[in-house]
Parts: sequence; structure tokens; C-alpha cells
Amino acid sequence: MILVSKNLVIGYENRVVLKDVNLEINEGDYVCLFGNNGAGKSTLVKTILGLIPKLKGEITFSKDISQRSIGYLPQHNDNLDNFPASVYEVVRSGCLNRIKNRPFYTKKEIQRTKEMLKILEIEDLENRSFSELSGGQKQKVLLARALCATDKVLILDEPFAGLDGATAKKLYTTLDKINKELGVTLIIVSHFIEDLLRHANKVIHLSQSCLFCGNPEEYKEHLKKEYLLSRYQTVIEGD
Amino acid sequence: MSNNNIVQNLFNNFDIIKYPLFVGILLSITASILGVVLVLKRYSMIGDGLSHISFGVYAVAIGLGFTDTPILVVIPIVVLAAYILLRIGESKKIKSDAAIALFSSSALAIGYIVGSMKHGGFTIDINSLMFGSIVFANKQDLIIMAITAAIVIGTFVLLYHRIFSVTFDESFAKATGIHTRLFNILFASLTAITIVIGMRIMGTLLISSIIIFPSLSSMQVFKKFKHVIFSSAIISVVAFLVAFFIFTNYPFGASVVVVNLIFFIIFATIGKLSNRYARE
Repeated sequence: MILVSKNLVIGYENRVVLKDVNLEINEGDYVCLFGNNGAGKSTLVKTILGLIPKLKGEITFSKDISQRSIGYLPQHNDNLDNFPASVYEVVRSGCLNRIKNRPFYTKKEIQRTKEMLKILEIEDLENRSFSELSGGQKQKVLLARALCATDKVLILDEPFAGLDGATAKKLYTTLDKINKELGVTLIIVSHFIEDLLRHANKVIHLSQSCLFCGNPEEYKEHLKKEYLLSRYQTVIEGD
Repeated sequence: MSNNNIVQNLFNNFDIIKYPLFVGILLSITASILGVVLVLKRYSMIGDGLSHISFGVYAVAIGLGFTDTPILVVIPIVVLAAYILLRIGESKKIKSDAAIALFSSSALAIGYIVGSMKHGGFTIDINSLMFGSIVFANKQDLIIMAITAAIVIGTFVLLYHRIFSVTFDESFAKATGIHTRLFNILFASLTAITIVIGMRIMGTLLISSIIIFPSLSSMQVFKKFKHVIFSSAIISVVAFLVAFFIFTNYPFGASVVVVNLIFFIIFATIGKLSNRYARE
């Protein structure tokens, strides 16, 4: 078990976005978090990360994990596009949760940075400026940064947004590698449900509450039923 | 010959110019490195807003009779205003650029009205508050400016990696456990202090330019965070010295801005050219 939530209610200040969230995420899972715009995917992710406080309910992590040691790839942010920073600097900033109160990095963090650059095959970009990279390369750099922060859990918020088909495919391969070879639990928020279902082993569908939580096969069945039901209802109401 | 005169003047008048000179250099360094963070975080407007608010608070303080040491009254209030502006910037409900414009013009108007109530008009020349005057700098300014500069430079040295992370990507920084709000408050406060002291030299209307110009200029050429910080501090100091020693016959604040503008044009051209050659 990595994290469990019980009757979790989340939202901003007085506005409830999601309630009755009951989910369990286990070690090595590849979770797809799915839902319409405004369904509360990002809010749930931010609550798990501790960026916003939960409103009610419980959320518990396994003993060797804290909110700080979760890797995070935020939604695309325009601010980053022209930022003067080298790839190395960006990736290294993922190690900040390891340096505690020290002002500077030690050899250990520098080594980890190099290691992550290698795993994501972007060593040759190390000294390039972040602003000059393509969308796919930028995403890899941010992924390397997120990996620097964690050994266990990685949360990705819309990682495929703005990537073309071929680049997205490469990113899937990279993510598979991270999940299978490094054993990192992945929680991915995405709209591209079709592609993701082929890789994920758990689907969570959000809309006001947790509509569905299960494996991809069950989810396809669930979708079929929903679809047939809605067809049936249209036929009846139509007459 | 004229060069000789300048050097001669420098030695003859060193006692007179030492406060403005040192305050100016420290101000240039502080404003420009804070500016790098403000510009990259898209907080440039806050700098502009704060200068107008400082003017308002300043004028009210003088109007109410704090004529001796208004600066010690103005700084805490402007720090508070900086905090409020920052909170407005964080909230998604209010359009922050509009809110800042509203704040700053109101502060300017109220300050002007209250300030002109006393003795039926402004006791110190309003023109110099608006456009600044280098002779304003005194020993007290130098002490406050030296402390501020020490805090700013010390913060940048000790917290460099955290500042980078918070500036680059605030939500990621927060997820790794950095207290981002504390950082924002720290930056807003340091900016507020820098502006309160700087506006008397540079003027209300021109102070935000020395925060924004140097970092924008260096970003045209330099592509690493550390390089941008160092180079904008150097650009800022050089621009100040050029205005201080060479443009002696012109209004000081305006000269600094014009020199900075020329630097910006030069750096933008270099940046464009080097990009073109890099591609070929």
C-alpha cells in the first residue's frame, strides 16, 4: 500500500470539488486518473501532494513515504518557456527535498542528478538552455527533475498535453521503463484515456465523487454498460 | 580635459557625493538582483505599484507631520502593501494587473491630497519626489541601504538553490517542501524597502525601471540563472556610474533610465545576432 484515502472531501476554501473519495494505491501501480474538465483531478493531485489542505476525511501514506518525497510533474506552465536556466540546474532542483537545511548540494545529490539525466537519456542536453528545448525534451527534463525527488511515487499532471503523437509515444515508453524497471508507482492525470488504458493497471474515474476505481478491463466493461444505458435511455425518452 | 575635470571634481567633492554614490551603487545591485526574480515570476507590475504606494504613504507621512524621519514610517506600511499586492496576485478571482493599477493610482491621489493640505502645499518639491534627486541620499539612507543589500546578497548566496526552484516552478518547489509563501513575503518586503529608498533618488515614476531593465537586458544574452543574476547586477552598476559621472548636467533618474535603455538595445541586438549565428 502506498496511500489510502477514506471519505476524503477536497476543494478550495468553502467550495467542495470532490467528496467521498475512497481509493487505494499500491506499490508498483500505474494509475490513470481520469475525469472531465473541472472534475477535480488536479485538485485531488494537489491534495495528495499537500499543496492545498484537505477539507475532511483521511489520507494516509505508507511509513516510508511522506508528501515531500513524492515526485511531481506539474501541468504545463507558460512561465517556464523562456526561463534562463540550464537543463542541469533544472534537474538538480528536484534534489531540494534531500538537502534539508543545508544551503548547498553535496556530491550525493549531484550524482543523483547525473543518474537521472542518464536514465532519461538526456545527458547530452545537460548544458543546454531549458528555453531552447523542444516540447518533448522539456517534458523529459521535468520528468528527470521529478525523479530526483522520489524513489517511490511519481504524480504527473497532464504530461501529454501539447505533445505530438510520436513524442507522446516515446514518453509512454519512458514511463513504462520508470514503472517497470525502477519500480516507481505512477499516478497520471490525462485526457487521453484510450492510449493510457493500454499501459495502466488501475483506472480512477472522477466526477463529483469517485465514480469508478478498478483495473482497465473492468473499466472498459463499465464504460460499455454506461454507454448502453445512455443509449437505452435516449431510445425510451425519444419515443 | 573633461575627463580630468571629472576626476578632479570627484576628489574635491568626495564628501558631498559619497552618500549618493554608495547608496546608488548598493541600490543598483539590490534592485537588479531582486528584479531578476520579480521579472521571471511575472511580478514586474508589483514593483511599479509599490513605488506609487510609497509616494502616497510618503506624502501622507509628511502631511501628518512626520517630517524628520518619514522613511521609518513609510517602510513598514509599504512592506504591508507589498504583502497585500502579493496576495492579490496569488488569488485567481481578481485580475491582479487591474487591482495593482487601482491600488497605485489611489495611493498616489490620496497622498497628493493629504500632502498638499499642510501649509497649503507640498513642503518638499513634488517634482523631486516624482522624478527623484540624487542629493536626497543621506547617511540614514546609506545605513538602511547597506543593511538591505547585505540581507539581499546574503539571501541569494545562502538560499540560491531554493530561490531558483521557487522562481522556476513554484508548485514543484512547494511539493518538495519549500515554504513558498515565506519566500514570496521575503521578496516582497525586500523589494518594498529597496523601492522606498530608491524612489527618492530615482523618483516614483522611474524607480521600477532599475528593477526591470537590467534583468531584461541580461536575459537577452545570458541563458543561465546564475549568469543572469551576476550580469544584471553589473549592468545596473555600470549604468548607474555612467549616469552619475558622465550625464552630470541632466536629471539623474531619467539619465539612468536612458542609459539602461541603451544597454537593453545593445544586449537585444547581441542576443538576436548570436541566436542567428547559432542556428546557421
